[in-house]
Amino acid sequence: MTTTIHAQRAHHGEGTGSTAPDKRRRKKSPYPSWFYLPAALIYGALFLVPTFASFYFSLTRWTIFDSHFIGFDNFVDFFREPALVSGLTHTLVYAVVTSGLKVVLGLLLAILLTSQIVGRGYLRSVVFFPVLVSTIGVGLTFTVLMNPEKGLINESLNLIGIQGPGWLTDPDFALISVALVDVWKGVGLATLIFIAGIVSIPQEYLEAAKVDGASSTASFFKIVLPLARPATVTVIILSLIGGLRSFDLIWAMTRGGPGFTSDVIASVIYKQYQAGFYGLSTAGNVILFLVVTALILPLYWFLSRKEVEL
Amino acid sequence: MSAVPLARRRPRHNYWLSGVAILVSIVVFVIPFAFIVLTAVKDRQQASLLDFSWPDNFQIVQNFIDVVKARDYMLIIAFVNSTILTVASVAIMVVLAAMVAYVLQRRKSKWNVLVNFLVLSGLIIPPAVVPTIWVLQKLGLFRTMPGLILVEVAFGISFAILLFRAFIATIPRELDEAAIIDGASPFRLFFQVIFPLLRSVAITVIVVQSVTVFNDFVNPLYFLPGDQNATVQLTLYNFSSQFTSQYNLLFMNILLITIPPLIMFLFFNRRIVAGLTSGAIKG
Repeated sequence: MTTTIHAQRAHHGEGTGSTAPDKRRRKKSPYPSWFYLPAALIYGALFLVPTFASFYFSLTRWTIFDSHFIGFDNFVDFFREPALVSGLTHTLVYAVVTSGLKVVLGLLLAILLTSQIVGRGYLRSVVFFPVLVSTIGVGLTFTVLMNPEKGLINESLNLIGIQGPGWLTDPDFALISVALVDVWKGVGLATLIFIAGIVSIPQEYLEAAKVDGASSTASFFKIVLPLARPATVTVIILSLIGGLRSFDLIWAMTRGGPGFTSDVIASVIYKQYQAGFYGLSTAGNVILFLVVTALILPLYWFLSRKEVEL
Repeated sequence: MSAVPLARRRPRHNYWLSGVAILVSIVVFVIPFAFIVLTAVKDRQQASLLDFSWPDNFQIVQNFIDVVKARDYMLIIAFVNSTILTVASVAIMVVLAAMVAYVLQRRKSKWNVLVNFLVLSGLIIPPAVVPTIWVLQKLGLFRTMPGLILVEVAFGISFAILLFRAFIATIPRELDEAAIIDGASPFRLFFQVIFPLLRSVAITVIVVQSVTVFNDFVNPLYFLPGDQNATVQLTLYNFSSQFTSQYNLLFMNILLITIPPLIMFLFFNRRIVAGLTSGAIKG
């Protein structure tokens, strides 16, 4: 790109280009590449440089001002410390549970909300609105609702004779409880994407299937599901990315506790950062990067390849 | 079973299913929001019961004043900070993303592969936190509002570029050619001919990204710590440890923070939906 500009300038025999040239003879592209420049500077400085730097700094003992190369010690520390390793498995569990539930519930809700039911507009709004609400606000609200003694959820369960668990205080439940709140907040987006996918399916297909005597179950599995595939791919990829990075909801509700039972990589990164272990924190970042790319890239490739075969 | 109505042509409402759906939606989605509102207007004693009940005496005004006054009008400062952050970062994002998307869509060059790759990377790769602080420190922007604004731009621009690029593809090139023949410079071609045409997609980008930036908690937490700079999400989080015995104030705070997204939702519902589902059909 720059070479072509230089070539043109050389052709015109002008060194600086600042002297007003003959406008008709200059054949510069009307789509100047310097339009990339401001965005590239910001993106490069604050996203690309840190991303590349993280690979180096994860191999150092680091206090912002001064780094000391120590090889893979941070990673060894990370995988030796059970609390940190469990953060890795929690991240995977959290991401799989949230995206799985979002796909299933989102698809069911989308089918419901594209069918002939009363109050469709109301239902769509109410399912979608939590997507726009502050994650911290949602987290704090549900922390109160999930209070083991006084919380609304357990009070209601008591009424029908069920002893509810300590949602956020029981080590076995904490991570799943947060994941459920994540689904509550995020399922509206999945639903919306599925609705867009379903609406784009031509009605004729379903009518033709009906004329041929296909049952509604058959037309769901043979028509709706395959044709809504791009939507499914989008939902899976988006919610996996979101789930793997998730931090604020977990931080607002449990801060990784009780103990380390709901710690995920993102909260480990923050805790190590607060404790001043910048190298270890950055190693956590690199691990998260590797997990995300190792999951998303093959999945994306696999899912979009399937699409072509159809 | 629920696929049945989909294949049905005539609009025949399924009342039984509708009833169940509405009932479930009230329990699952409406009650938590009603709980926020009710608790926000209760007095202190009743709020601490954490139950779902009608307030004995309404303290809307008193709770509002109390939460605004708390910690030397911290909430006001936070709202001002969040507004500055949201307006500045979204404005920069919209202009820069439109410029990139325009050249990316119009000009075929070997750089397109790289630019597209970088745009997708921006969506997928989790930002490296401490190295970003390191860069900000080198630039003298750590713990400053301009630094945080630029961070929000860097992390949010990919999504904006994708939306703009898809839209610019629908604008005929003949328009560019006509403007060029009329002697418009590249700069004027973009800012006076193309950019005004992007209005509808720009509104979508503005609405979606404003809500995202306004609700952002992680980036202010890392890159703009300290009470004086607090954004609304940070103040809410800090209040949550301070207000453990004053749930009415905590929920009043949550309520106040929910209002800006609610306004966006009421006015721009369609825009938001259009923006968030744009990738669904193509994949």
